[in-house]
Amino acid sequence: MIKRILLLALLLAGMATAQAAPAGYGGTLRMVTVSASGTFDPQVNYTLRYAQLFQMLYDGLVTFAKTGGPKSVTIVPDLATAVPVPTDHGLTYQFTLRTGVKFSNGQPVTTAAVVHSFRRLFKVNSPNAGTWYDVIVGGRRCLAHPRSCKLQGLVVDPATNSITFHLRHPDAEFLDQLALAFAAILPVNTPDHNMGTRPVPGTGTYMVKSYDPSTGLVMVRNPYFHQWSALAQPKGFPSVITYRFGLSAESQVTAVENGQYDWMYEDVPADRLNEIATKYTKQVHITPTNWTLYVPMNVNIPPFNNKDARLAVEYAMNRESTVKLAGGNRLAIPTCITLPPKMPGYSAYCPFTKNPGKHWSAPNWRLARHYMKKSGMIGQKVTVITSLQAPYRQIGVYTQDVLNRLGFKASVKAISPNIDFTYIQNTNNHVQISITDWAQDYPAPSDFLNVLYSCNSFHKGSDSSINISGFCDPAIDAEMSKAELFSLKHPNQADAMWSHIDHQITRRAVAVNLFSFERLDFVSARLRNFQFSGEFFFLPQLAKIKP
Amino acid sequence: MTEVKQRPAQGYWALALRKLMRNRSAMISVLVLVLIVLSCLSAPWYAKYVSHTNPFQSNLSGTIMRHGHAVEVLGAADNPLKLGIEPIGPSGRLGPYMLGADQQGRDVAARLLYGGQNSLLISSIAAIITLILAGLTGIIAGFFGGFIDAAITWALDALWAFPVFLLAISLSVVLIAHGLDIGPLRLDASSLALPISIIGIIYVPYVARPIRATVLTLRQSEFVLAAIGIGASPWRIVWRDILPNVISTIIVFAPLIIALNLLTEAALSFLSIGVQAPAASWGTIIHDGESLIYTRPLVAIAPGLLIVVTVIALNILGDGLRDALDPRAKLRL
Repeated sequence: MIKRILLLALLLAGMATAQAAPAGYGGTLRMVTVSASGTFDPQVNYTLRYAQLFQMLYDGLVTFAKTGGPKSVTIVPDLATAVPVPTDHGLTYQFTLRTGVKFSNGQPVTTAAVVHSFRRLFKVNSPNAGTWYDVIVGGRRCLAHPRSCKLQGLVVDPATNSITFHLRHPDAEFLDQLALAFAAILPVNTPDHNMGTRPVPGTGTYMVKSYDPSTGLVMVRNPYFHQWSALAQPKGFPSVITYRFGLSAESQVTAVENGQYDWMYEDVPADRLNEIATKYTKQVHITPTNWTLYVPMNVNIPPFNNKDARLAVEYAMNRESTVKLAGGNRLAIPTCITLPPKMPGYSAYCPFTKNPGKHWSAPNWRLARHYMKKSGMIGQKVTVITSLQAPYRQIGVYTQDVLNRLGFKASVKAISPNIDFTYIQNTNNHVQISITDWAQDYPAPSDFLNVLYSCNSFHKGSDSSINISGFCDPAIDAEMSKAELFSLKHPNQADAMWSHIDHQITRRAVAVNLFSFERLDFVSARLRNFQFSGEFFFLPQLAKIKP
Repeated sequence: MTEVKQRPAQGYWALALRKLMRNRSAMISVLVLVLIVLSCLSAPWYAKYVSHTNPFQSNLSGTIMRHGHAVEVLGAADNPLKLGIEPIGPSGRLGPYMLGADQQGRDVAARLLYGGQNSLLISSIAAIITLILAGLTGIIAGFFGGFIDAAITWALDALWAFPVFLLAISLSVVLIAHGLDIGPLRLDASSLALPISIIGIIYVPYVARPIRATVLTLRQSEFVLAAIGIGASPWRIVWRDILPNVISTIIVFAPLIIALNLLTEAALSFLSIGVQAPAASWGTIIHDGESLIYTRPLVAIAPGLLIVVTVIALNILGDGLRDALDPRAKLRL
């Protein structure tokens, strides 16, 4: 009898618990990746791997909507009550800070924390402090003298919770830049140095419980979090999120297949694609991204300081072949232009093909040989620099093959992915041609065209010279500035201007654009409600874990 | 009276050769090695008349005829999501793509033969460099002694103190990145001379130290002391008395060093710091096959098997040579 009473009591208790946790909430989401990604300071780290975590740990004044689909690239208010319309000819942005929000250490979010966070951004030498945030009045001075940074252009009123930014010049992408983790609001007592492996408290739905760069991290619910906006910072479904470091991509696939992990960060290796597409079809998610693979040619040194030599390569490269090396047509879309298909301003165009028009059809070897002969570069030595990673290495070998067929004496140098990206940027390394990629920081055409091809992005002798081709045309720069200004008031017309600029740069043949990537996510059988954001990719907090 | 027929006295080398030829395992090894070398030398002929492809050129969009149908060399995998590309598999008979294609659509069999040429060439020339340098340093250090011995021993110890692969990788990373440019000596980053020199140098202490030890013993032997006593010049003693007595040790080392070099070359090429594309070696082919291990495992397994067979054959030959030339040697290599 007593046993029956106890059993009934347990059943009732179980039902009560089940009622307390709404459907889908709870459980542990287990993620896996090959390694840590450096510092865990949100104002310093510039990797997608951690941006994906920061978006659920920290908040800025505004953010990209945390949802799947096209809405995920729209800006929504986060710690601010509304997204402001700029005034004073685009020079002033005024926000009002939400009340009642607390950091995971219990401290309240105040205007003082906002000021501290923006000054800190310069003090910790945030990677984009000099390219994005120096547009705030006083930003240039902060760059020159970070210790004494005052940032006069940021004015707050604690009484009304108002926050006002005064800019040096109108910047159509200022809100995009505020929506990224660099502009996260941190506690007022956060030290003014790179925090390395010590996570800083945030306002997000989760907080870091433990972090060890050699093994992994554990995130649990932030006890002070309450949902103020389901789009800006939704209450996450999993109670705990773990991220294990140290498994190779091959091992990750096996682990996800076996249900040991729920999601893997790395791309699924090419030789496992058939396996997962055959046996685990329902666990595969493919989504287009604003991420492109291209082959910059250095326009300042031989042989590619000769436009005809560049045109020869453009006409000879078989985009469809390189797509095969990336896993086939489901994972890559051939292209000739810089902007990826989902980016505003994209307008299909391909002059370097057998039948010039909108899309690439086949290499044009007749024209390729014609331009090669015209260039007088036959017999010139060329070294292709590429990363050891797939598919970059394979594309490097293919590019070498094409160059040799054109008449160059080509060799390929595959180097560690850890140094490849900075190596190809530095003009001291005399890189002639390389294989690299670019993914958006935020969905704006200037994040591709201005960043990759403006004179301002070219810095001789620097590891941080993202204009790898070294292309600089003040006339095109002027057009880009005009398009940026135009996008403040007439976004549609600005898109047409960006499209025109993209086609102009394409005709200058400064880089062979090969394809834009589609992202493949492979998840465990117990993961439900997979949501993919155009900005942050997989959104772990929205995943539901089947017990 | 019956006349006792005396066999003519056999020289040292003839005796050694007889001993070696009586060693069945060593002879099988020689046969295997000759077969591998001849196959590799036939690479251009194979590519031209059998595979009808250029094994150094990508063939990503090519097609071939199989069973009367045109088949893509790199075709889309057959699955519901149309995900992935698979190189054509082995045909199983003599002809194009007998062992299938790699990720660049190149004929694996043809590349194996060309790769073998490079692997064997690098390991053999590097072994010659190692043996010459080790012989010179070992004999000079052991014979002259004193400061010269101390300096050479110190240098060899310093070189040997580095883990072999770490040293090889470090040298390769530096040299493969920029090539070698010292005065009139210029080596291109893609030149085979770079892996040859690197591999040739790193094993010098491994051979030089036992040679020095042998020379130290020989230096105290009666015939050397006698030669010194009658006033023979040091170089004459080295040439006439020392070298003939250490040459057998050097010969015993030869196949073993070639085997070690083969493994080192494969490791460096696997790490992309040995033979550079589009040239091939067995190591680079294993590297190419790494990304196909689940779909086309033969691309990585075939060169691996060839390395294993060659190294085993070289080791057995080395043992045979030791038994034939230096049966009392305590040294086990």
